[in-house]
Amino acid sequence: MSYELRVNPIACDGHGLCAELLPEVIELDPWGYPILISAEVPPGLTEHAKRAAAACPTLALLVGKATGERG
Amino acid sequence: MTKLALTAHRSPALRLPRLLAGISYYDIASLRDHEERYGPLPLWGTSGRRRPGRLIDVVDASGLTGRGGGGFPTGRKMRSVAAGPGGAVVVANGAEGEPASCKDRLLLTRLPHTVLDGITLAAHAVRARSAYLCIHGQETELRDALEHALAERRAVGLDPVPIQLRGIPGRYVASEQSAIVQYLNDGPAKPTFSPPRPHQRGVGGRPTLVNNVETLAHLALIARYGDRWFRGAGLPAAPGSALVTVSGAVRRPGVYEIQPGSSCGLAETARVIRYLADENAGQCGPCMFGLPALADAMADLAYQGCTGRAAERVATLAGLVDGRGACRHPDGAVQLARSALRAFEADVRRHDQRGPCPAAARPPLLPVPGEADWDWA
Repeated sequence: MSYELRVNPIACDGHGLCAELLPEVIELDPWGYPILISAEVPPGLTEHAKRAAAACPTLALLVGKATGERG
Repeated sequence: MTKLALTAHRSPALRLPRLLAGISYYDIASLRDHEERYGPLPLWGTSGRRRPGRLIDVVDASGLTGRGGGGFPTGRKMRSVAAGPGGAVVVANGAEGEPASCKDRLLLTRLPHTVLDGITLAAHAVRARSAYLCIHGQETELRDALEHALAERRAVGLDPVPIQLRGIPGRYVASEQSAIVQYLNDGPAKPTFSPPRPHQRGVGGRPTLVNNVETLAHLALIARYGDRWFRGAGLPAAPGSALVTVSGAVRRPGVYEIQPGSSCGLAETARVIRYLADENAGQCGPCMFGLPALADAMADLAYQGCTGRAAERVATLAGLVDGRGACRHPDGAVQLARSALRAFEADVRRHDQRGPCPAAARPPLLPVPGEADWDWA
């Protein structure tokens, strides 16, 4: 089972915790908002991704089962 | 004539149209129509500030350039003819060679007196002894109309140097200036090897001023309203208006009077992106912060430039914003910016290396709501 990440850009306030917790996949833009290097969560990082999602103060980071759809 | 003298002519048009201000769809402007609009022919006096050569100074200052395609400074051409050994000749070239162009024909068929004024003014300024107006030989209707216009002028003694109408064979190169000169010298209407150029040795071996008829029509207005008026339209580097023919698969083909140097595509893009940035909903960070940054970078490229990195910054910011909003609003701005970098590639290079082109300072073209409140525009 593969997972993928999504950011709800409306909910995101740019706290930046996600990039701290999942630097392999998330970096921050010049204004502190997350850029997903790849939407797909690398196999070994699923738990870290879930932890990052749970830590987001605005619950803007979402981890779900991969659907292949962007959006 | 009494009535004419009592009619104050209209004030000069600062905005366009200027040359085409008096045009009627159906009728030829008569001498009376013409003088009602522009006032009498201002033949300059014999000495001081009103001496004939003074007009050359004014034409020089106006920045008028040849409207036949060459774009040579008209004042400079007049000056070299005037400085010649005397007995100069003026040739008005109304034998438009470009098949798709009909701007000169429009002037001659509808506003002949503007052109004829220009011929007489130029002849006066360079102290010419003879003057010609050349049109295509096969245009017999035009020829009749011009003969009529010339007769109107003869009746009131308007042209001290009589203007002789000549038909030249209608082929493309026949309207090139050395070809016209050779034809008037009883040779074939084909270009000659130069130098000597016509302004050195032309018709009858005399210094000859060959000007396109539109150029002469501008000259007629410059003589009346001055160089500063002329520069009120166009760009500092390309002053005044110009006639262009628009044809082919277009909605409204025809002859248009335009100001050279249209608005700057980069500046227009910067304005629109600024608008899009202002219109962001304030929900998504990348759009909220990214679009104003993109607008700043675009404005920088359009109005400042000169860093060698302005375009790169636009491209980088476009990449940062693309696809990162909840909706496609930022993506649209990004696409516009990227398309501008491609479409105006030459302008981008110029702005980035040497700073903005004069067109960037031109009044904006696209309507952008709320622009008056911006502090950078």
